[in-house]
Order: sequence, then C-alpha cells, then structure tokens
Amino acid sequence: MSLRLKALTKSIWVYHMSTGSCNNCDIEILDMLTPRFDVERFGITLVGSIRHADAILVTGSLNLKTIPRIKAIYEQAPKPCVVIAIGACSCGQGMFKNGPNCPNPVDSVLPVDVYIPGCPPKPEAMIAGIVKLIEKLKNPHPNPLP
Amino acid sequence: MTKLLFNFLIFPGFLFTVIFGLAASWIDRKVTARIQWRVGPPWYQPLIDLVKLSIKEITVPRTASKGLFFLSPMIGLSAVTLVSMLVWLVNIDPASKGFSGDIIVVTYLLTLPAIAIILGASASGNPLASLGASREIKLVMAYELPFIICLIVPVIKSHGLLRLSDIINYQAVNGSFAASFSGIIAFIVMIFCMQAKLGLVPFDASEAETEIMGGAFIEYSGILLAVFKITKTMLMVALPLFLITLFWQGFNFLSLWKYVILLVVIILIRNTNPRVRIDQAVRFFWGKMTLLAILAVLLAIKGM
Repeated sequence: MSLRLKALTKSIWVYHMSTGSCNNCDIEILDMLTPRFDVERFGITLVGSIRHADAILVTGSLNLKTIPRIKAIYEQAPKPCVVIAIGACSCGQGMFKNGPNCPNPVDSVLPVDVYIPGCPPKPEAMIAGIVKLIEKLKNPHPNPLP
Repeated sequence: MTKLLFNFLIFPGFLFTVIFGLAASWIDRKVTARIQWRVGPPWYQPLIDLVKLSIKEITVPRTASKGLFFLSPMIGLSAVTLVSMLVWLVNIDPASKGFSGDIIVVTYLLTLPAIAIILGASASGNPLASLGASREIKLVMAYELPFIICLIVPVIKSHGLLRLSDIINYQAVNGSFAASFSGIIAFIVMIFCMQAKLGLVPFDASEAETEIMGGAFIEYSGILLAVFKITKTMLMVALPLFLITLFWQGFNFLSLWKYVILLVVIILIRNTNPRVRIDQAVRFFWGKMTLLAILAVLLAIKGM
C-alpha cells in the first residue's frame, strides 16, 4: 500500500453537515465520537472547518434551501474528499420521498461514496460503513465473487 | 556557516525538534485518551496527520490577501525554529556560549508565532477568522505582561546576567532558581503563560472548534495548515525547555525527565479545565498572574 493511500485512510478528519435532518442522525454521529467507541484509534476526528475535512458526513433529506449550500460546502472542501451519506433520508429520501420540499436525493447533487442506511444508524453501523469505505479506497475494483 | 546551517535545519533545529515534538504530541494525545478512559491513537498518528495534510489540495479564498496568506505560516515556523536551535544549543553544546542578550531575542521570537497566526487569520478574509485573530491579540496582550515580568526574576537573581549559558552556569554553582520563593512563584506563573502561548485548552478561545470552527485557522488547508501544526508542535518543545533553562538548571539528554514533568503538567491542566472566555483569560492574566509576578520580582530584589 502506498504512503499516500495509507496517509489518507489512516487520518480521516470528518466534517458534519446536516441538510435539514430531524437531529437523530446527528446525535448518533456525536455518539460515535464519544470515548465508548473511540474512533481516534483509527485517526478519525471531528473538525469544525470544511477546509480541514477529508470526509463530509451528510445527514437529512436535502431540501430546496440547502441544495446551494451543500454545493458551496463541497466546492470549498480540499480534494481528495469523500462524501458519506448517513441515515435513511440522505440515502434515499426516506419518508420524504414524495414531499414537495425535497425533490432531489443527496446523490443527485454530490458524488456519494458510501451509504449508511438506518433511521438512525447505530454508531457500530457507521464504523462498519467507514471500514467498507476504506476497503473501497484501497481496492477500487474488487474481483467479482466466484 | 555549514555548521550553523546544519544546526538550524537538522540538529538541533528543525528536523530534530519536529521529531521530538511529534513524540511529545503523541504522548499528549495518548495521555488525554487514557484520562478519558479510551485507547487513543497509535504512535505514528501525529506524523501521518502531517503527511496527509501535505498531500491535500491548498484552497485559497477569493477575498484573501494572497501573499500574506502564504507567508504568515512561514514567519511563525522560522521564528520557532530559531528559538529551538538557540535553546537546545546553549544547553547541550558546551562549545556554544550563545551571545549576550539572547534571553531578550528568544522572548521576542517566542511572540512571533502568535503574530503569524494573527496575520494569517486577518489575511484570510473570513469573519470567523477575524474573530479568532482579535481574540488572539487580546490573549497575547494578556499573557505577555506577566511573562515578561517573570523573565526579570532570573536576571535579578543572577545579578544581571542576560546570557542563557551564563544563567545555566550561575544555577549550576548556586542552585536552581526554582528552589527559592521568588523563583517558584515566577515558575508557576510562567507555566500558565506557557499554556496560553501554546494555545491549549483553558486558553484556546482563538481557535475554539466548537464555537468559531477553528477560528484563526478556519481558511487554512493542506500544507499551510500542516505548517501551523508543525509550529505548534515545535513550540511544545521549545517553550518548556526555555523555562527549564531559566529556572531549573538547564538540561542535557540525561535530565530530560524535567521536560517530561512539565509536559505532564501541561496535559493535566489541559484535561481538567474547560475553555475560559477571552475576558476571563484577560482578567486572569492581568489580575492574579501579574500580581504574583510583581510579588516574585519584589521577593527577588529582597534576595529571597
């Protein structure tokens, strides 16, 4: 494994972006960052500014007000930067599928790298999703199953 | 000339202090993790953070003043490299005598990293960064007063010596200054000022992540942010060593336990205190700490 990939996957600084969620996923994200799960073991830290971020955690159903804002946030992020959709709303619009205020799913606006479903997903599920993301980054084209 | 360049860039200047400081910052993160009852990051985590930052893209805001935005991290880094070279050399190299008045030069150079943060934050054109810069200015004005008053104490006690190597030799003959009343008061005040100079938790209002999102560093990304992180890391080595030089008989490679003790004190202060508001910090430094510093100077004049 190259040093570049190792550095990128061993030190993921996450930025938390809520696009109009019910705060349940946000509370679970904060739970994931508590000492009980201790994600600093893997180099994952929460940062306050998007300029420091390596991963954007998107929660909530994308509504009309937040579409331009999330685009601006993504353009400000220094690349390489991955997008992680957390929760049923940001994965597939959830119960707001037919809502008039939420016409676009998150992956129609941003290139989402990993989806973590659940309403809300447990912290264990989020860590499992990030592990899958790291495996995908290490091996972008896995061999198909025999 | 070659020797000076070697001293500045490799040993004991830039490279050595960076490696030393990365180890110290790993100890900081690991002890913090153990205090919070968790495992903590592996030993290479501070290094790999820097490597990752150096391969990320550098984003420059449209409203930024570009020259100052790129230049200010370098100002802080060069100043702190010079400080660490001076402080290491007078302690571990018996051939190096320093020069008369280097204690004043080191004091000025130790202010430059804070000024670099202020310049970079105001050059980035972000409102939250300007808020961080104004807090940093207030903090610098607050802690410099007791810091400089305390700096007079070793000079008075050594009867007017202004050279770091002379102060070490004086302490080697007459016992360390920290063993006297005035010395220990000045040393304690200096430890609080050091905490504020390092920008660690009780006094980190200028880069409060939960409040103003990184404050002064909000627009910095990639290798420029890494340079600021390296500056802080090196300051974490240079400042405690400067204090040991002034008050605790200096050090060599055998007495680095003094540095470890000071590092643990820093970590414990950082982990047992909440962030104070900037007005509380100013009141703390201009009130209690300045009074204690003046008391230390008066005791030193009395010869205690």
